[in-house]
Amino acid sequence: MSNLVDTAAPPSRPAKLVDDFAPPLILPGAHKLCAGCGEPAAIRSVVEMVDELGLTSRSVGVFGIGCYTSFSPGMDVEVLQALHGRAPSLATGLKRVQPQSIVFTIQGDGDMVNEGLQEVIHTAARGENVTCIMLNNGVFGETGGHMTATTVIGQRTKNSLEGRDPKKHGYPIRMAEMLAPLDGVAYVARGATNNAGNIFQLRKMLRSAFQVQADGLGFSFVEILTMCPTGWFLQTGEAPDYLQDKLQGFHKVGIIKDLAKAPDE
Amino acid sequence: MSLELLEGSEAIARAMIAAGCRFFAGYPMTPFTEVLEGMAEHLPEVGGVCVNAESELEAIGMAWGAAAGGTRAATGSVGQGLSLMQESIAELCFARVPMVVLNMARGQGDYFQATRGGGHGDYRTIVLAPADLPEAVELVQLAFDLADRFRNPVMFMGDYYLAHVVEAVDTGPRVFPPLPAKDWALDGSTSGTGKARIVSPIMPTKRDAPVFVEYGAYLEAIGERMDAMTSAVEPLFEEGGCDDADYVVVAYGTPARIVRYVAEKMRREGVRVGFFRPISLYPFPVEALVAATRSVKCVGVYELNAGQMIDDVRLTGIDRTVEFIGGISFDDSGFGIAPELTPARVEARIRRAMEDMAGQGVQEVAA
Amino acid sequence: MTRESRGTLVIDIERCKGCELCIDACKPGVLAMTTQSRNDMGYLYPELTPGCTACHACALICPDFVFQVWKYDDPVAVGEAAP
Repeated sequence: MSNLVDTAAPPSRPAKLVDDFAPPLILPGAHKLCAGCGEPAAIRSVVEMVDELGLTSRSVGVFGIGCYTSFSPGMDVEVLQALHGRAPSLATGLKRVQPQSIVFTIQGDGDMVNEGLQEVIHTAARGENVTCIMLNNGVFGETGGHMTATTVIGQRTKNSLEGRDPKKHGYPIRMAEMLAPLDGVAYVARGATNNAGNIFQLRKMLRSAFQVQADGLGFSFVEILTMCPTGWFLQTGEAPDYLQDKLQGFHKVGIIKDLAKAPDE
Repeated sequence: MSLELLEGSEAIARAMIAAGCRFFAGYPMTPFTEVLEGMAEHLPEVGGVCVNAESELEAIGMAWGAAAGGTRAATGSVGQGLSLMQESIAELCFARVPMVVLNMARGQGDYFQATRGGGHGDYRTIVLAPADLPEAVELVQLAFDLADRFRNPVMFMGDYYLAHVVEAVDTGPRVFPPLPAKDWALDGSTSGTGKARIVSPIMPTKRDAPVFVEYGAYLEAIGERMDAMTSAVEPLFEEGGCDDADYVVVAYGTPARIVRYVAEKMRREGVRVGFFRPISLYPFPVEALVAATRSVKCVGVYELNAGQMIDDVRLTGIDRTVEFIGGISFDDSGFGIAPELTPARVEARIRRAMEDMAGQGVQEVAA
Repeated sequence: MTRESRGTLVIDIERCKGCELCIDACKPGVLAMTTQSRNDMGYLYPELTPGCTACHACALICPDFVFQVWKYDDPVAVGEAAP
């Protein structure tokens, strides 16, 4: 094992810091999420893109209720905690009275697509100049892995033990594709946190979404597929591939709508 | 002071704007609709925002967001719509977000809903119930002051009559004692400073706060906070003719206006009747009611429901017979336009109750 | 092919929950989990072998923020003295 690099202390040769332990705006000990969770990478990317665009001192995050809520006291970003499903309405009210602020929601699939579906659809249709971010792992992670409205066909959850069967459980909702056609919507994309390539692409998507808001172009939406090995009943190392094989098969990663890039007609 | 002849909903809307309300969201439902119309028309005139929300759930959510931004915000509805808002009202108490919630009731069947609430957890809202329009324009402004002072939702309880009665009122701004700065409100300016603010019903502090408050401790402190608010608010009431009364009628809101008229008329006719009107339904004017009923034989509670406020009258612990002399009364519109609400019928109920009292051996003091 | 280390890591092994997401995320494949050593929480944790490119994929995917990533001003040929 003599081939190992000493990783106990910073290098002595000239080097520049690329990434510190606690990313910008994330406080040490920010969360108590499970091993292998895909949400910290998503939230880290969200706040880093806000920071990169120089929007930090105007930004407020409106949190839904889910595992990710444990980040709400763990970020150096103003937080407005909403009820389960209701974050888009709070974001609407806040943005309307503080139009110079950058307002984004962090919600899960259970929060946004189950409990608060009408909230996000109405907010999008009104073209509210806010950014809604949905962390989609296809399960209620916080309750221990139960089926949501985005659980893909065949996905095992605690209340679809043989896998989601459309005959019994109906079909999942493709949230990004559902919002994209609405007139008030300026930007829609779906990213994922299961590998480095997807994370780099996700960061570009988030950047675009926040730029759309900063430019006042309308509603922006980024759905992020995240791993939930606990709720998927998998080893942590198996979760990235499961996301790719199961979730991405139904919820396709990519930019779905970008009015900022659309040619003028 | 300039008096204008205004319809109730218009006057309430103007008084809210005079109080500094700059955000309003609502979903139409009579008789709340009329206030929403007034806000939609007048808020933009002062640079405010009125959103015609797609549901009551979203209306209160929007007002929540605006209030968290430090703006004076309000919403409201009628019984059914307020049922939908209960979850939010409870959480607003926990999150310490000030808001004025209009409860333009149909009848008086929503007394429990207003004073107890149908939400979860240990929370309380201040409830103010005017009986006429001049009082309404005062109380709706007081509601904003109390909401900010205690960082808690305050409910303003009106009804169909209040929304539509036309009276001469001054809707100009009232003066209240100075309030502390909203150093908790959100606008993004503290993000990235190491002191980012958080407005949350479950996580009152950031993890790096000088004193990090855990959820359990926060919940445990709520009872104390609600008690402190309750004891700091001066209960409001009106009474008349109680000093030497044999019989006191307790009523609130529009029906109390009829009761007051009837009691005064009966007084002039030599009948020793008093009336007592709680103006703040929460906190209930306990001590005042006890004092007002010291000389009486019997207390009648007149409310247009199956008997709800009577619980609060009994909870004052007064050592007198407390009886219900009201009843559910609606016409077919369902708006709470009550056939019962005529002085003749109210007087008949009071006289019958007083006769029963005498018949049951409760001695009437010679007039 | 001459390999080089363009950067290195500091690994806060005590925060690691052993999920192994960094192992697959690491493009040059220079991270490997311990097979015996465990941290105080009882988890295996990643160790670095030469060849890091400072791409910071490990840091971006890590749920527990255990990585500090450094990019050398000048790359170090693998086999050269460790920093």
